[in-house]
Amino acid sequence: MGVEGIGARVVRKEDKRFITGKGRYVDDIKLQGMTHAHFIRSPHAHAKVKGIDSSAALKMPGVVAVLTGQEIVDDKVGNLICGWAITSKDGSPMKMGAWPAMAPETVRFVGQAVAVVIAESKNLARDAAEAVVVNYEELPAVADVHAAIKSGAPQLHPEAPGNQVYDWVIGDEGAADAAFAKAANVVKLDVTNNRLAPNAMEPRAAIADYDSAEEHFTLYTTSQNPHVARLVLSAFYNIAPEHKLRVIAPDVGGGFGSKIFIYPEEMVALWASKKVGRPVKWTGDRTEAFLTDAHGRDHVTHAEMAFDANNKITGLKVKTYANFGAYMSLFSSSVPTYLYATLLSGQYNIPAIHAEVIGVYTNTTPVDAYRGAGRPEASYLIERLMETAARQLNVDPAALRRTNFITQFPHQTPVIMAYDVGDFNASLDAAMKAIDYAGFPARKAKAKADGKLRGIGVSCYIEACGIAPSKAVGSLGAGVGLWESAEVRVNPVGTIEILTGSHSHGQGHETTFCQLVAERLGVPISQVSIVHGDTDKVQFGMGTYGSRSAAVGLTAILKAMEKMESKAKKIAAHALEASEGDIVIENGEFKVAGTDKAIAFPMVALAAYTAHNLPDGMEPGLKESAFYDPTNFTFPAGTYICELEVDPGTGKTSFVNFVAADDFGRLINPMIVEGQVHGGLVQGIGQALLEHAIYDSNGQPVTASFMDYAMPRADDVPSFNLSHTTTLCPGNPLGIKGCGEAGAIGASAAVINAITDAIGKNNLEMPATPDRVWRTIHAA
Amino acid sequence: MYQTVYHRASSVDEAVSLFAKGSEAKFLAGGQTLLPVMKQRLASPSDLIDLGKIKELQGVELSGDVLTIKAGTTYFDIMQNADVKKAIPAIAYLTSVLGDPAVRYRGTIGGSIANNDPAADYPAALLALGAAVKTNKRSIAADDFFQGLFTTALEDGEIITAVSFPVPAKAGYEKMRHPASRFALTGVFVALTKSGEIRVAATGASQTGVMRVPAIEAALKANWSPSAIDSVSISASNLLADIHGTAEYRANLIKVMAQRAVAAAG
Ligand SMILES: Cc1cc2nc3c(=O)[nH]c(=O)nc-3n(C[C@H](O)[C@H](O)[C@H](O)COP(=O)(O)OP(=O)(O)OC[C@H]3O[C@@H](n4cnc5c(N)ncnc54)[C@H](O)[C@@H]3O)c2cc1C
Repeated sequence: MGVEGIGARVVRKEDKRFITGKGRYVDDIKLQGMTHAHFIRSPHAHAKVKGIDSSAALKMPGVVAVLTGQEIVDDKVGNLICGWAITSKDGSPMKMGAWPAMAPETVRFVGQAVAVVIAESKNLARDAAEAVVVNYEELPAVADVHAAIKSGAPQLHPEAPGNQVYDWVIGDEGAADAAFAKAANVVKLDVTNNRLAPNAMEPRAAIADYDSAEEHFTLYTTSQNPHVARLVLSAFYNIAPEHKLRVIAPDVGGGFGSKIFIYPEEMVALWASKKVGRPVKWTGDRTEAFLTDAHGRDHVTHAEMAFDANNKITGLKVKTYANFGAYMSLFSSSVPTYLYATLLSGQYNIPAIHAEVIGVYTNTTPVDAYRGAGRPEASYLIERLMETAARQLNVDPAALRRTNFITQFPHQTPVIMAYDVGDFNASLDAAMKAIDYAGFPARKAKAKADGKLRGIGVSCYIEACGIAPSKAVGSLGAGVGLWESAEVRVNPVGTIEILTGSHSHGQGHETTFCQLVAERLGVPISQVSIVHGDTDKVQFGMGTYGSRSAAVGLTAILKAMEKMESKAKKIAAHALEASEGDIVIENGEFKVAGTDKAIAFPMVALAAYTAHNLPDGMEPGLKESAFYDPTNFTFPAGTYICELEVDPGTGKTSFVNFVAADDFGRLINPMIVEGQVHGGLVQGIGQALLEHAIYDSNGQPVTASFMDYAMPRADDVPSFNLSHTTTLCPGNPLGIKGCGEAGAIGASAAVINAITDAIGKNNLEMPATPDRVWRTIHAA
Repeated sequence: MYQTVYHRASSVDEAVSLFAKGSEAKFLAGGQTLLPVMKQRLASPSDLIDLGKIKELQGVELSGDVLTIKAGTTYFDIMQNADVKKAIPAIAYLTSVLGDPAVRYRGTIGGSIANNDPAADYPAALLALGAAVKTNKRSIAADDFFQGLFTTALEDGEIITAVSFPVPAKAGYEKMRHPASRFALTGVFVALTKSGEIRVAATGASQTGVMRVPAIEAALKANWSPSAIDSVSISASNLLADIHGTAEYRANLIKVMAQRAVAAAG
């Protein structure tokens, strides 16, 4: 490892501009003649739109246009799509309720847009929006999953009787039933996985600019995957063919999944900019973010686990109701199915698993992937079950896990996933040592003497990252392939530009991707720049989510680098009159191995471009590209242990210690990895203790501001104790597994297991607010 | 329709006369309540009269047994003030757990009590300490000043100039922070005056705003100690209930916070 190579704690290159206020976000961009959009949104969770009167608004100062849902439908802008087709157990396709970008007839959640005002300024648009009169006829609404599937419940979509999206199953029901029939012990648990609002620091924004001469659109947008946005806008929403649509995702201030999806506001901005003949800008505010950014999680699950007399798990049965909100968002269908139920084996040998997932429409904001997407739900369920089982079977929770760990790899689970490698005992050992697990009973006794209830909670998570082998996901219903592309452009002076289809919105790619180049060529990272986020610059890419950018995106860069190096070696060999096979790359030089003959990399680059003396038949230039399609998912795994105290007087939780032992395979930049783990853990703890997007029974959101929705703050979380145990991923040449979501996947169960241990009760829902904990302590 | 005219007053008198001229004028102090409300378009004053630069509204004075905090003094200045820390450390502590650093740099005691949010911290201190609210017109006892949710004895255009606190023998404040807003989910201020009176006020708990808690006052009168409150029973009826705390939970918090406030008071 060089000072800037793989494994080095290189300070982030991008931070200079972020810290000095020089970041360039969508809202920082101002175009000549730009107009501003303000959306008129439904205050009702369910209503018919009987009429929209914009006559007064149109007379107000600075108003350019008021456009309605009926007009966007009349102009044949396509309905929003869901890109992963799920088939119900009866063989029927999932039931898609029509979702126009603005509602022409029916609104189905508070915040759904019905019209948009375009004006000379944001405030003028907002003023005029107050003068638009929308006549609604309110309909009965339903927000809760169980209420929505009851007979007689308000119906959202004619396409989906009973509000059911799908009823999907995985695994072998007969085998699971047989295991339960023979079980020595059965452990049962009901858990709710609370709904979360993603709350990226930067709200969503879009600027659309239509060039009538070229019939060409440019869209600046807060996207994690600008190429996917362009593909969907072209292929499904009829905005423009791909070569007439450029999508730019500049600096993006966090996404956590919520910026994967193509939202109505972007579609409307594009369509409106053609209609008004001027650029149209929309920047959401925090309230709009709470109301319209796709939410996360929201599962209600009953699960049962069967054990034999030796405490070995013999079977698992799971039934989950997933609340999708009012419409199926872009990847929503895959989250509680292929991203959730395929991880239900956890770190354990479970011979028989059967899971059923029922997707349900409700009059709430659509739900889709949010940091972890399905895996937190699976991990939380399994780890709560394991803890509950340990208490019921009267064995140590760590020991019960050890008894059931998978130790042979590769391991085929009964739910599609084949784990390639791992060492679950190693991470459990590391975490137990870090927290002094053996010393816990003494600490608990001491805390008791001080009037505090102390608890310890273990969570052994596994997840699937590096999504994903295109062929595999295609066979499961995905509408896209999940490879990644890269291009390496060497300039004549030897500086290097890496073009990637991955998108950085907090991950630090501008640093880590350069580290690969530094590692291979021995050039300083200042000589390398990373180009991403612009469909005119980067040919194609699938973007960043699912902790895929290092395992898939960086591997694509590696493949392109190898091609470039191979050509550069030929040029160097020719210049040094040596044979290609003898050339080695060291410290920025191409050397003839074992001699002092060398040529510096910039001279190789220059030779490629002057083309004065290239090997016969070689094309000039030094630029290579590659597409990389992974062969399997990667399987980051680890153990989190949380020790905390509960104040019995108030139910308030205080952390004593939180240790994380992760196996992410090879680390490119441990400092950035730690940052990713910190952020993930905070989100996991936020879900466990604080965050909850709540609706009342009429579908009115109760938590649409930070005064009501509790985001974790620095003093809500402990200082984390991190460590790594490493098994290299055999699926990609760098041995990388991915680290972006692990914290959010594993943390919540550790926290809840610790609280339930402290208070001596098994049933406690998230978020474990002081009120809820206090009531649980004092419940009969 | 949402335009406003900004004025910077240099004296209380000027502020009063500017207020009289505006059709729907409002005083602006730290702006930590008023500005967010205006941004949400829930208030649209014709004129904003900034009190921030009025010298006579700034500062703290300790004279004998009375601590006077001028209305425009920011939380940060109150927290740091040596006289406050010496005379009534419970007020310095209360201020240190109010809001976040940004709020504490801008927000003022006058703005806080004029607003009288049912979960604000200062009203509990004023009520428990038997403070007097000084205005440009009169002096109002805390018992009369707070009149329910967001309602006070202030008349239209009346400016709070200062709050005078009798220095107590003992005082303490404890607060369970609202997980999202960090206002008081329930906060209790206990005070033992130099004349031996016991006053206990709870904020964040009642549907009618800050309130005295006679049952706890009686218990403490018999025995000034946390354990004296063990046997007190607080009724949950008329207490606030929301997603962060049931009425029963708040009833419990009134007791627990009172016990801890007594312990802190010593
Ligand atoms: C994020 C956040 C967290 C907060 N947390 C807490 C908390 O934990 N505890 C808490 O108690 N408060 C909290 N607050 C509220 C904060 O204390 C406000 O500052 C306070 O309510 C108003 O004070 P201000 O000086 O900002 O007044 P402004 O917002 O300027 O004014 C508020 C009202 O008071 C009137 N007013 C102001 N000064 C005078 C005066 N001298 N005479 C007459 N009328 C006047 C104004 O006209 C206006 O109607 C929080 C606020 C925010 C934004």
